[in-house]
Parts: sequence; structure tokens; C-alpha cells
Amino acid sequence: MLAAVISLSLLGAGLGLALGFASRQFAVEGNPLMDELVAMMPGSNCGQCGFPGCTGAAAAIAEGTAPPTCCPPGGKALAAALADRLGIAIDLSALEDRGPQLAVVAEEVCIGCCRCIKVCPTDAIVGAAKQIHNVLREACTGCGSCVERCPTEALVMRPVPATLQHWVWPKPAAA
Amino acid sequence: MGFLERVFARPWGVHPEDRKRPAADVPAVPVAVPEKVYIPLAQHVGAPARPVVLVGQKVLKGQCLAEAAGNISAPVHASTSGVVAAIGEIPAPHPSGLPVQAVTIAADGEDRWCEGEVPADPFALAPQEAARRVAAAGVVGMGGATFPSAVKLALGLRAKIDTLIVNGSECEPYLSCDDRLMRDRAAEIVSGIRLILHATGAREARVGIEDNKPEAIAAMGEAAARHGEIRVLPVPARYPMGSDRQLIVELTGREVPSDARAADVGVLVHNVGTAFAVHEALRLGRPLVERLVTLNGGAAARPGNYRVPVGMLAADLFAAAGGFAGTPARLVMGGPMMGTVLPHLQVPVVKGTSGFLALTAAEAAAREPAPCIRCGSCIRACPMGLLPLEMSARIRAEDLSGADGLGLRDCIACGCCAYVCPSRSPLVQYFHYAKGEMSARQRSTLRQESTRKLAAARVERVEREAREKAEAAARRKAERDAAKARAAAATAGEAA
Repeated sequence: MLAAVISLSLLGAGLGLALGFASRQFAVEGNPLMDELVAMMPGSNCGQCGFPGCTGAAAAIAEGTAPPTCCPPGGKALAAALADRLGIAIDLSALEDRGPQLAVVAEEVCIGCCRCIKVCPTDAIVGAAKQIHNVLREACTGCGSCVERCPTEALVMRPVPATLQHWVWPKPAAA
Repeated sequence: MGFLERVFARPWGVHPEDRKRPAADVPAVPVAVPEKVYIPLAQHVGAPARPVVLVGQKVLKGQCLAEAAGNISAPVHASTSGVVAAIGEIPAPHPSGLPVQAVTIAADGEDRWCEGEVPADPFALAPQEAARRVAAAGVVGMGGATFPSAVKLALGLRAKIDTLIVNGSECEPYLSCDDRLMRDRAAEIVSGIRLILHATGAREARVGIEDNKPEAIAAMGEAAARHGEIRVLPVPARYPMGSDRQLIVELTGREVPSDARAADVGVLVHNVGTAFAVHEALRLGRPLVERLVTLNGGAAARPGNYRVPVGMLAADLFAAAGGFAGTPARLVMGGPMMGTVLPHLQVPVVKGTSGFLALTAAEAAAREPAPCIRCGSCIRACPMGLLPLEMSARIRAEDLSGADGLGLRDCIACGCCAYVCPSRSPLVQYFHYAKGEMSARQRSTLRQESTRKLAAARVERVEREAREKAEAAARRKAERDAAKARAAAATAGEAA
């Protein structure tokens, strides 16, 4: 009886110490998966997903509360990469890809207030006070933050025009 | 290829009915210059050319309209004399029907050439100088790939090319523009081949011509007889013999590795049309402004080959060639295997246009696809040794990386698989889609990376500005304090 009590107590104490040691020695700072997902996200913190920045979205995707398809600027490529990393299957064809968007300045309405320049996450708008602003096509991510900020509705989102260089064949109808 | 390789070679390719005659037997006819020509700025692989003329300016035939923009690009030239009527968008000769930037010239009917720079002896030119002149003449690959030829010549100099392959196989059914060019202009082609040999430093040239063109083989053999370094070799008629990798194996026995180019095995491939254009550029100082175009198909009234100025609308060309015999069921640019269906004929002839086909309903039999029966016909037909049925099954399920693992990148889109498929499955169409989709995804990944960099640069900028502001404020404060201290010291001095 005594031998059993002693041996079980020793076993429990030994395992408890081992667990305590392991929890200190192998402690994980934050969620490594989340860090990896943050590195994959676009990183412009545009907020189109509805989360506070790309880190927030990555946390939600890692927890499983948001689908990997929630990032519009990332598009299909990002959704596929995220799903691949998380090991989940997603239906990419169902992903509503409204295509890449681009902010365009209506020059007759722009008053040159510089407010849009301050909110653009990629510094894609050039201009100065009381000068008509312009959007650099290559730098614009189509996040739309400038559209909300503009006091005269001079900024509008347009789909990026299709060009011969970027055109791709459509998928043939299945047999 | 040796006898044993020939006997034990894996059969590949298909043997479609060639339907080249009677169009191939009619001598080429020059076409009168139309009232207007529309010359696209992007007629080549690479960056579109940059226009150097203004609307309203008078131009002569052969004058440069737009110059090359970047390393992989080519200039375009006026194909007739006249006035620049517009610089703007026109429908592109492309399956998408998207617009392309073009220079429109209202012809004055004189068709007057501008003075070209003609070297006394092109063989005295340094190879680099010859390549520069070929580039200035806007010569691009005439076999349909339209890769700037001068870039390939320069590559030949760097990569130690020993053999030049001249592609006269013209394996696409219906087309006969290369055949006709070889029959009528064999001496000029041979002159062009010798110039390309000079410009690349290759020792010998092998001209591969399919054995269904005996007249072209005879004409080229006669023209090349005096030049020991040029050999004319008949190759068996089999589609796609005109694909560079297949022709290289057939003529040299060398196989180009999957991730390499022809230059890596010491070979360079040029089309016979390109050799002719190089001759025109270096011997006559004439840029590439016209080409032979085949009109064929059951619904073409006068099938044959026509010498057409670049920029002439296909509709004008058909009108000049007698119009249609009946209503065409399908209009195709290029050959029936790899060509593209055109929605209308308001598109210009470009440097890479080999022909237009007006097919009757019987020729263009529309085919309803049925499920794959896994017969494996496509595997036997594939010239690249791929598994079209497996690749298409993956693409259908959006598993593009799976298809890529099966060698999608090596697919040359020849269409043999779709041609032989008894279920009429759109196999090559799946591969077109998958390749486009893969490059679109690659582009979006690149874009994402650049977005990340831009966002980081902005954060850095905002921080820097805040820091500079704080520093400036601190400096001003220190100055104010110093001034105050001085003033205090001065009042203290006065008081004392």
C-alpha cells in the first residue's frame, strides 16, 4: 500500500517537474502560424477584409474565424497559398474576384486638398496643395481608402483596364 | 538522326490532310495598297514600340513610325507613303478582340520609298553592326512567334552557336506562304541565310523542308548548291515538324532540355521568311513592311498567296482577292491547328500573319465535347511526351500546380491532343487557360511583394518625417532658449 502511494507520488512529481521544465524551455512566443500568415499577406493594411490591418486578418484566418479568401487585393493567388499552408480545401472558382481595381482622379472635381495623399497606404497618389492630384497606376492597390476620404468625390474606383499583355484565355466549358 | 533512332523513335505528332494545293501552286500576287493602312505598335513579343511621328505628318514608305522601347522590342515602319491620319486604338488581330495602339496612314497612292542606308558589302560589317541594322529594320520572327530577330542574332554571338537551323517546314495545313517564298525567292533566302551565318558566327546552316513541298526543296537546293555551308534537308511531313524543338531533333539529333533554350545546345532556329527579311534589310536597306500572306479555305474565292503591305485590313485583303465563295462559317488567322478564330475581319495584317482562312461549315465542323474515355490517343500524339488527359483532368479541377508538375510548362500548344481526341475534348484549350492563369497568379504575387515594399517605405517615410519635425522643434527651442539666456545676460550686465 505504502509502496504504491510512494511510487505513484514520485511518478506524479517527476512528470510534473518534466512538464514544468518543458513549458519553460520550449515556450512559444505568439502563434508561429500567424507570423507565417502575416508574412504572406499583402501588408498594406488597407482594411478591405474588415479586420484591423493584415495582422488582424492573419490572426482571424489562423483561428479559422475568417476564410482564406477574405483578402481582395491578394486575389486567387493569395487564397490558394493560404489554403495550401493551412491544409484546407477551398473552392477557388467560387471566389468572387471582381478583378483588380484602380483609383482614378476626376480632374475636373479635384480641389487639391491633399487628404487622400495622407491616407494612401502605398503612397500611390502624387500632388500638392491646390494642385490636381494623380494616381500612380503601378503603386495603387485598389484598397479604396482614398475614395472615402475625398471631400468632393473626385476619386472613383475603376477596374484595371484589360490589356493584350495581361489577357488570359477563359476556361473551356466542361464536357 | 541515325537509322536506329529512326526505327525506335517514339511516334509523335499527327498527319492532318494538308490542303495546301491549289493555293500553293498559284504564283504570289502583289496586292494594290489600300486607301488606309493601320500599323499596330505591338507586332512583336516584348514592349510595344514608341511612336515618333505626329498626326498630319507626311511619311514615306519604309520610314520609321515608332522606335523600339527597351531591349526586347522592335520598331515599326510605314508600309506605304502618305499622311499619318491618326494614332490611336484599333481592334487587335488577337483572339481577345481587345484594342491595340496603331498608327493609321492615309495612303497618297505614290507608294514612294524613303532613302535607305545600303552597305556596299554587308559581309564587311561587324556582326554587332549587322545585328543593329536588322534591329533597326524591325525584323521579327516570321514563323508566327514574332520574337525580335536581332535579339536572337546577338544571343547567337554570345552563346557559341555552331548550327543554324532554317525552318522551312511549314507544317500547318492550308498555309503555303513559306513554300511560295522558297519557290520564288530562293536566291534571296540563301543570301539571307549567309548573312545570318555571318552575324551569328555559326559554321553551317541546315534548311529543313517537309517532303510534301518538292518544288521548294528543288528551288532551295539549286540556290544553295554553290554554298557548301548550307545544306537543304527534306524532313518527313508530320505536324508539328515546324516546332523548333522537333525540327532540331530531326536535323541535328540534339534534344533541347526542358528548362533550356535552343542556343544552349548550340543551335539557333530562324524561319525562311526571317532570312528573306534579313536579306532585304542588309542588302537593300529595306525594313520589314510587307509579307506573303496565304488566303485559303473553302469559302475563299481565289485561294493563293498575296504580297501584302503590313497594316492592310483583312477585309480589304479579301475584297482585293475576289471576296468569298459563299458565306464563311469561321474566319481563322494563321493555320487551323494553332491559329486563332477571328470574330470579324477589321483587323490588320501584322508581321507575324501567315494567312487568313475562310472555312466553310463542313471544314469547321463544330464539335460538342464528350467525357474522356481514357483511350490515350493524346499521349501518343503529344510531340513533347506529356500526358494531356491527366493534365486536363487536373486543370478542370483547378489543380494548376498538379498540372504544372506533369509538365504543363513544356506544352507547346500545338493542338495535336485536341485534334486526335475521339471525345473531342478541348484539351489544348485547357492548357491555354492554365498557362494564362498561372502567369496571372505569378504577376499578382509579384505585385503583392511590391505592395509590401511600398507600404514599408511609407511607414518609414512617416516615421522619418515625424522624427525630423521633432528634431527641428528641438533645435528651434534650443535657439530660443539660447537667445533668452543671452538677453538675460545682457540685462544682467546693464543692471550691473
